[in-house]
Amino acid sequence: MVVFAASSLETAMSEYAESFSGADVKGSYAGSDQLAAQIRQGAPADVFASADTEYPAQLFEEGLVEKPRVFAGNRLVIAVPAGSEIDSLDDLTKPDTVLVIGDPSVPVGGYTRTVLDRLPAPQREAIVANVRSEEPEVSSVVAKLEQGAAEAGFVYATDVITAAGLETIALPERLQPDVAYAAAVIAKSEHKAEAERFVEGLIEGDGAEDLRRAGFLPPP
Amino acid sequence: MSRRSWFGAVAFLALLATLAFLVIPVVAIFADVSPARLLDALGEESARDALWLSLRATAIALVIVIVVGTPAAYLLASRDFRGRALVLTAIELPLVMPPAVAGIALLAAFGPEGILGSAVSSAGIELVFQTAGVVVALVFVSAPFFLRQAIAAFAALDGRFLEAARTLGAGPFRAFATVALPSVRAGLASGVALAWGRALGEFGATLLFAGSLQGVTQTAPLAIFADFSKPDGFVSALALSAVLIVVSAALLLSVKLLGGDRALEGSSRL
Repeated sequence: MVVFAASSLETAMSEYAESFSGADVKGSYAGSDQLAAQIRQGAPADVFASADTEYPAQLFEEGLVEKPRVFAGNRLVIAVPAGSEIDSLDDLTKPDTVLVIGDPSVPVGGYTRTVLDRLPAPQREAIVANVRSEEPEVSSVVAKLEQGAAEAGFVYATDVITAAGLETIALPERLQPDVAYAAAVIAKSEHKAEAERFVEGLIEGDGAEDLRRAGFLPPP
Repeated sequence: MSRRSWFGAVAFLALLATLAFLVIPVVAIFADVSPARLLDALGEESARDALWLSLRATAIALVIVIVVGTPAAYLLASRDFRGRALVLTAIELPLVMPPAVAGIALLAAFGPEGILGSAVSSAGIELVFQTAGVVVALVFVSAPFFLRQAIAAFAALDGRFLEAARTLGAGPFRAFATVALPSVRAGLASGVALAWGRALGEFGATLLFAGSLQGVTQTAPLAIFADFSKPDGFVSALALSAVLIVVSAALLLSVKLLGGDRALEGSSRL
């Protein structure tokens, strides 16, 4: 059985996949947008777990997946290398701050733009001017931070837990977007029973436990 | 059926299979996208920025590769010294290196935390997230293609012409510029075409080392990758791919024509 999962899910999902009984589960991790595009091109997957609800909903409308179910929540945060002088959203407006965000089509990039859109125009423009790269998936934003290439990035709270040497700066509550993860069984799956059981376990069961342990929130 | 014609038939079938396999995907790109849609895609700002950046960055990279690589290849081809085989292998290593490995290697060398990172930044040079970083990645992955061809071309040069030039009073530079260079034109040109093609297609090293930002580091292959995952983006990815194929083919053809490649004139070398 093949599970296509958002790259932010990799740690939790690979643990769940390993302990899942009844089927040998292989995980493929990438930006949810890339996975959705691959499913549209007929990639042989059985489960799609996205970092948003949009992509599964689109695929459902196109008849490519069964009805999606929300299984987890997360929080968007600013991540900085440990010991950074940046300690607030406002610090991101300082000229020449090297900021890296997700590409607009990857969910983390969408959530980042939701946050930026809630800011007053001058603050938003100053931050956008510091964006030096739009990465295809959240894991590559994290990698750029870990390599010291970037000074700050918008990532999920769970990414900072698994990353080495990064610190979290929480966003003010009024800016926090609703980060919800949805999963669906692929319509053409040849392992539907197992796939449904896998998705079920993400909502309540071993998968849900692995998700909580990795810092994911219950479905909003 | 005679032995000879039996083999001829097999070889012919092998050629047909090779052609079909290599040509069908290219044809599919054009079959899938109408000329009108192709022009539409060119009108999109992100596509134009990506193509323009690709042309600029690959052109700069190629100039560096040619200017530095030609004399280096000449020296390697005309001198024998201890450790020459080792030098040749070191030069060719990026040829077989996966692009992602090239990106990681460049970060480990010139990245902010790389072994030369502080030297690079104290020299006032910024590479990561900059067009200059794209050029560095392109030079790294494409130079071996040029060097290999150039070394082979210089090595095949008849040393007697150079000696004759030297006997007639030409200095080493003059002999190189007036005798060696013109006779290896075709070899160098095919090296340029291969290196340029590799540079235009570069993806992994660029993304890892330089990042992806429209107009700064997002080259055409990175834009195609970004388009692919956008809703309804497959068509624009196809269109941009079609443009890239046309540009690459035009480059390949013009460089080969300039170099006087005999293969283009239809004469067999056997």
